[in-house]
Amino acid sequence: MQFGVFSVSDITADPTTGRVPSEAERIQAVVTIAKKAEEVGLDVFALGEHHNPPFFSSSPTTTLGYIAAQTRRLQLSTATTLITTNDPVKIAEDYAMLQHLAGGRVDLMLGRGNTGPVYPWFGQDIRNGIALAVENYALLHKLWREDVVDWQGRFRTPLQGFTSTPRPLDGVAPFVWHGSIRSPEIAEQAAYYGDGFFHNHIFWPKEHTQRMVGLYRQRFEHYGHGSADQAIVGLGGQVFMRKNSQDAVREFRPYFDNAPVYGHGPSLEEFTRETPLTVGSPQQVIDRTLTFRDYVGDYQRQLFLIDHAGLPLKTVLEQLDILGEEVVPVLRKEFAALKPAHVPDAPTHAARVAAAGGAKDATVHAPADDVTGQSRQEVQSR
Amino acid sequence: MSTRTLAVVSAGLSVPSSTRLLADRLAQASAEALAALGLEAGVEVVELRGHARDLADNLVTGFPNTALRTAVDTVAGADALIAVTPIFSASYSGLFKTFFDVLGKEALTGKPVLMGATAGTARHSLALEHAMRPLFAYLRAVVAPTAVFAASEDWAGGDATSAALSDRIRRAAGELAALVAQRPRAAVADPFADPTPFETLLAGL
Repeated sequence: MQFGVFSVSDITADPTTGRVPSEAERIQAVVTIAKKAEEVGLDVFALGEHHNPPFFSSSPTTTLGYIAAQTRRLQLSTATTLITTNDPVKIAEDYAMLQHLAGGRVDLMLGRGNTGPVYPWFGQDIRNGIALAVENYALLHKLWREDVVDWQGRFRTPLQGFTSTPRPLDGVAPFVWHGSIRSPEIAEQAAYYGDGFFHNHIFWPKEHTQRMVGLYRQRFEHYGHGSADQAIVGLGGQVFMRKNSQDAVREFRPYFDNAPVYGHGPSLEEFTRETPLTVGSPQQVIDRTLTFRDYVGDYQRQLFLIDHAGLPLKTVLEQLDILGEEVVPVLRKEFAALKPAHVPDAPTHAARVAAAGGAKDATVHAPADDVTGQSRQEVQSR
Repeated sequence: MSTRTLAVVSAGLSVPSSTRLLADRLAQASAEALAALGLEAGVEVVELRGHARDLADNLVTGFPNTALRTAVDTVAGADALIAVTPIFSASYSGLFKTFFDVLGKEALTGKPVLMGATAGTARHSLALEHAMRPLFAYLRAVVAPTAVFAASEDWAGGDATSAALSDRIRRAAGELAALVAQRPRAAVADPFADPTPFETLLAGL
């Protein structure tokens, strides 16, 4: 099982000091957080994509490429990549490029985005959200699997004889997770392709997660990818920890009370009861996290949200230390002991290459280059 | 005897409240009218005052907490709704509106609804027709033609005015019962039980 953190990339005032970090500061902070995640032994760092303030992460592949260069083991992912407003051709190119640069340590999580005004900035309409996700992913899927693509759809200009470059590393496309809080169509989509399904599992009651994962598993089996318990499931989660749970509650409360998404509503205690948020000791986080399995089954990836609502970098790094030293080692052991042998591990590039029968050079060479007018074959045969 | 569930939503704020009093009389009369048609009524009351904070929280978080979810499910799963609000500033109260804002836009589709309202003076009575009826029309509910308004003078016992209130309650309840009797039992659609196959989603582009 993989453990990691995901960041929304919000720029929020620290409610205890009133101080608002700059973009420059937050962008460097997110790189520091990702590197720290690797250092403390976590497996995954995932970054969001947004196109409006108060968020800074408009270009995740740039950031992830920079992080890839400074890490060696860390799996890089997104939370989420907007499949609705990005051109699927550009997603295919950008993430294949990142996959090469990161030596295969890349997967991505596709989401629709729920901010209405963003859609028209990219020539789209939120009312077509599901249809965009369905069509754009159908094209993305094809672009990574077929060297030359002819395409006609409802939302973008047709493609004729198009080759998306670079071709996926070793001929194996990056693994894709589909994320959605409560749209059954997206669970259905993940199941149809045999891709992963990720539920963000924060800010909402667990019943949403349970129903979506349940549907995804059932349909994964229906589409013949394996038994329901072999479907690939990822979950989010939100935690704040201190050695003593009272200290955790006291320190986190002002961040909770003023948080952008749920602040000025329910109390921390109510929200902890109603959603997967856990604020307390490392042991409380371990105990709560182990219960996730009770309602989604054995799953492959657990990401925690620890960097948002104005928490200072120093505090976030302390949270990573606690996760790496006290929480994740125990969770790894406990989850592994519970997982039956026929349930697959989290997908990695190496495992997917092996399953595809080994690495192959997928480069598509031009029939004739612009400089010499000759093909590579002609040049080599001379 | 076949059973039907009547959900009663009351937005009264004082205890006891004349809004709740009207709601109970409408529920009682509706149960009697259903009984006359051979249907047994189970009445479930949702007092919105007890959910005032839950409703505000739902606006902020986007989901109903456990207590509010029970209330929402009660209304969504009922065969008919009796909805009663005090009139504030020329319309239904904010508390009443918030409940229907978070209820889910499909929850009342095709559901028989009986409307009631209370206020200190009968001059507010047409708020039922100008504010409340359009709300339920928007939600595609089937609203009984008679809506019942009770002002302070209607509660004064024994004279011609209070007899008129009883008549209106009886007439409205009869209309609601007739609507309920015409319809099959309510069923809540579950998108997870019967998902649209992906081939259909692809083909629908």
